[in-house]
Amino acid sequence: MCATCGCDVSRHHHHEPHEHSHSRTKVDLQQDILLENNSLAERNRGYFQAKNILALNLVSAPGSGKTSLLERTLKDLNREIDFSVIEGDQQTTHDADRIHATGTKVVQINTGKGCHLDAHMILHALQGLKSTENSILFIENVGNLVCPAMFDLGEKERVVIVSVTEGEDKPLKYPDMFHTSTLCIINKIDLLPYVPYNLEKAKEYIHQVKPEMQILEVSCTNGEGLETWYQWLRSKMVQLEIA
Amino acid sequence: MHELSLILNIIDIAQKEAIKANATAIEEIELDIGCLSTVEMDAFEFAWNIAIKGTMLESTIKKFNRIKGKAKCQHCGAEFSIQHLYDPCPACKHHVLNILQGKELSVKSLVVS
Repeated sequence: MCATCGCDVSRHHHHEPHEHSHSRTKVDLQQDILLENNSLAERNRGYFQAKNILALNLVSAPGSGKTSLLERTLKDLNREIDFSVIEGDQQTTHDADRIHATGTKVVQINTGKGCHLDAHMILHALQGLKSTENSILFIENVGNLVCPAMFDLGEKERVVIVSVTEGEDKPLKYPDMFHTSTLCIINKIDLLPYVPYNLEKAKEYIHQVKPEMQILEVSCTNGEGLETWYQWLRSKMVQLEIA
Repeated sequence: MHELSLILNIIDIAQKEAIKANATAIEEIELDIGCLSTVEMDAFEFAWNIAIKGTMLESTIKKFNRIKGKAKCQHCGAEFSIQHLYDPCPACKHHVLNILQGKELSVKSLVVS
């Protein structure tokens, strides 16, 4: 930096005359605030395409059962499909430990005070993970129905998970997350007889926000509906191979 | 609090442009923030005042263009304004909509000197 005027010209030792613009200038930008994240997300997407990896971004409120759904899926399908997992949490490696126990490759990202994963974090996590070709990568986002909605990670599909112990009006309260997702999993349906959750109303709200949303009803505890989720994963893998 | 992440991006974009223009000060910044974007304005203002300290934006005048939500019904073709992503078409009550505007999040312009 030039010590005389503070400008960022490093090629000279003395203060030779160089061009300054000390007049008022308007700079038209129209630059997307999320451009950097979106560019890195496209880079991740290119990596996934080249290696034929189905990357899924799993989003939900805390406690909807994302990790339980993953544990169950990995145990049930690991002889059929190669998996790897990126776990996002503010603190601890508890979730990564649970995934590791299933024998699956996993990287934990701790966001500290951060409320979401971004494409840059995924880029670095991928370097350590080394997912195999023709595999599925689950990215379990930070439990939060607000902030992760804005951040493209390069995923192929965004899967939003809700559970019947939450209010059925979550889609209306947090519309952005539902609007940007392509599949909605309603979890813990084994608890329906014990909670006042109105399943039909929930589906109506989901479709108000995202009319084309596919909805699957599952229970990770008794296994109900999980086969439809597995079929969905298999069909996405086939689509990937054809493309 | 994703507003803070957005603001850090804004600071980065603005400072890079100011340096590129050989400027030493950013007098004004104009931001387009759509009403359907996930930005909570109170949280944005709060985070802004903290994040700009020690940056070129510390004494910059900030202008917002709040762009109202507008959609086109894919069923009947009507164009109308919306406040929420789940608003139905006022003409035919369908929910299959194309969002035409309101999701903007951009740095529109700077005044540098």
